[in-house]
Amino acid sequence: MSLDLRYFAWVRERIGHAEETVEPPAEIATVGELIAWLSARDEGYAAAFAVPEVIRAARDQEHVEHDAPIEGAREIAFFPPMTGG
Amino acid sequence: MSCTIRIRIQREAFDTESETAFLTGGRKDVGATVAFTGLCRDEGGTLKALHLEHYPGMAEAEIGRIAEQAAERWQLAGLTAVHRYGRLAPGEPIVLVVAAATHRKAAFEAASFLMDYLKTRAPFWKKEERSDGSKGEWVEAKEADDEAAARWRSTNGK
Repeated sequence: MSLDLRYFAWVRERIGHAEETVEPPAEIATVGELIAWLSARDEGYAAAFAVPEVIRAARDQEHVEHDAPIEGAREIAFFPPMTGG
Repeated sequence: MSCTIRIRIQREAFDTESETAFLTGGRKDVGATVAFTGLCRDEGGTLKALHLEHYPGMAEAEIGRIAEQAAERWQLAGLTAVHRYGRLAPGEPIVLVVAAATHRKAAFEAASFLMDYLKTRAPFWKKEERSDGSKGEWVEAKEADDEAAARWRSTNGK
């Protein structure tokens, strides 16, 4: 399954790019598992996801928890807690 | 009462008067408007500017979802939110919320609700540019903002 990923703020800075398309293995079923899979890629990802509890995720531009399934998603985004307003 | 909702994400400044007039123009049932403006402050002279990053598409959608919730909860004539992105210097406006209603209580509360939820759920991130040239950090989310949003879940708000 091909999946578009987007990163924002310090998650983006640590990973080193703002977006990419990935093909996670079939056993990766949830947002949390995707985070763990990405963390193993290199130091940048590991640094971005070092404290997974603080990472917020959106599936097709809607907030989701880490137990949300990724199946059928077009786009998953990862970012820190928001500081707008 | 059907509620007009207008959400905009833009780099440019906004005009509070014309945004308010948009919600009241041509209507005779609006008795109250509340406009809130959030500004960039200099943090005691240490901050030169804020750089606001956002998630295009989701920013509009998420603020829209919050506005729909407000429109269900209060009797509103209209609700507008404008949020800027890019580099903003101290004194410059960042965000505008305008609520229009028949009575003031709904307008005050809806504007406050929209701001509280926007701060914790709208995908925007602020990075500091410091006056002394040192490396600016990403602004950290405040617990007080989470608490402000949470209080709307424990009251019925009517």
